[in-house]
Amino acid sequence: MKYKAPIRYMLAFVALCLAWQAGSLSLTRDVLPSPGETFALFLQALGSAAFWKDMGMSAWRLCLGLALATGVAFPAGLLLGHCRKADAIAAPLVFLTYPLPKVVLLPVFFTFLGLGDAPRIFLLALATGYQILVIVRGTALELAPSYRVSFRSMGGTPLQALRHVYIPAALPGLLTALKVACGTAVAVLFLAESFATRSGLGFRIMDAWGRGDATDMFVGILGISALGLALYGLCCLAERLFCPWRAP
Amino acid sequence: MNFEFVVKDLSKDYGFGPVLDPLSFTLAAGERLAVIGESGCGKSTLLRLLSGMEKPSRGAVTARRSDKNAASPVKRDSRPRSAFVWQNLGLFPWKNVLANLTLPLELAGLGKREREAKARAMLDELGLTGMDARWPASLSGGQRQRLALGRALIAEPDVLFLDEPFSALDALTRERLQEFLLVLLERRLCTMVLVTHDIGEAVFLGERILVLGGRPARAAAWLENPLSGAPGWREHAAFFRMSRQVHAALRNAAALQNTNGKDRTPADAAI
Repeated sequence: MKYKAPIRYMLAFVALCLAWQAGSLSLTRDVLPSPGETFALFLQALGSAAFWKDMGMSAWRLCLGLALATGVAFPAGLLLGHCRKADAIAAPLVFLTYPLPKVVLLPVFFTFLGLGDAPRIFLLALATGYQILVIVRGTALELAPSYRVSFRSMGGTPLQALRHVYIPAALPGLLTALKVACGTAVAVLFLAESFATRSGLGFRIMDAWGRGDATDMFVGILGISALGLALYGLCCLAERLFCPWRAP
Repeated sequence: MNFEFVVKDLSKDYGFGPVLDPLSFTLAAGERLAVIGESGCGKSTLLRLLSGMEKPSRGAVTARRSDKNAASPVKRDSRPRSAFVWQNLGLFPWKNVLANLTLPLELAGLGKREREAKARAMLDELGLTGMDARWPASLSGGQRQRLALGRALIAEPDVLFLDEPFSALDALTRERLQEFLLVLLERRLCTMVLVTHDIGEAVFLGERILVLGGRPARAAAWLENPLSGAPGWREHAAFFRMSRQVHAALRNAAALQNTNGKDRTPADAAI
């Protein structure tokens, strides 16, 4: 590799902006505003409290949703991956409901949980939790039996195995799952915020669209992208922190 | 603690015919036993039975205190402590060298300070001084092997079970590690049971050699190899004589297996 990572990322960014600019020129600015004016407005928005309130609201919903998903799906994935009896019962339930598009349940959650934050966070957690569950279960199932044998031969109890073998062995899987879930989470967030709320970036995008303000809409889109990017970056950071043995 | 192991009529049947014919022998405290046989002949089964990781179908392995103070056994030590080195070593990639090494002590409930003091001494003995924070993946094959040996011995086991521990190494590294293992064992009172398919390894390390063969596996030969561990043993004329003897016993065992096969199933005979 000739260039270091920051330079390669800068180059990719410039290339994307050029493509954007070309698109804007060919589509007229009412459909696709140019990157220049969008970034200018985005920077301006960064100085406004209203934008940060929306950003903060969205970030809060995302983090809470992902935390809830991890808190439930990680232990559940470990349980299914390591306990055959539990897996025999629960795996059919999981895989029958896995392909179900969770977003279609949003109206149902609105009915049951009201129009506040709860149904939105619950939807986020449900959509990402399935991904985490399936990936963590897979990682647990793939754990080489030799580790279990080796640990058992040292006289370790099952509880000790959880701490010394099962959890650390599943951490890389969890972080991969979280990276995948970041993309899903941002997409689901947009949907969850486009109904019955007046806060969050999803609302901001739909609101600007309704007003026919393409540039402001793209400010929202940039905001939600930045949020997804930041979340993905956090996952990478967490991977370095919690899975140091996998560092190149 | 000195333990001798009495193996009586030990046999195993997984439900599709016996894999191990009744086997009886006694293993003295501190003795080194090498079990050799073809792949899939049941040596690893025997190891798991001896170690108690698997229950025998019939017969038993009993550990008896063989030292003078056996009259006043301390309850905690009334069972022998065993340790293992597996073919794939079983080092945990997510634990650094120090954490891998101290794991048996941690599981036994030793305090942090005590664990680390023991680990430092062991690292020095293993020639891994200063590598505490390295990941197993960053070690050479020989270093990983030494770490696995050290981890097995750190909790001062009474018996060490080795299941083809050096089979993944190149010939010279393997010889060095065999010698290193002898040095480690000489400083401890630890019985050794080694399972291998390598004749040189069995003759170098085993004071007694059990040749397994046939289906179900049976003791095709018991060879006394008292010079094992003597200085310059690998270069000794008797080493080669013993190697030839083991080789012949293995050949006989294979022949035995073929004749056995004929009066068992046609499929077996075809192999």
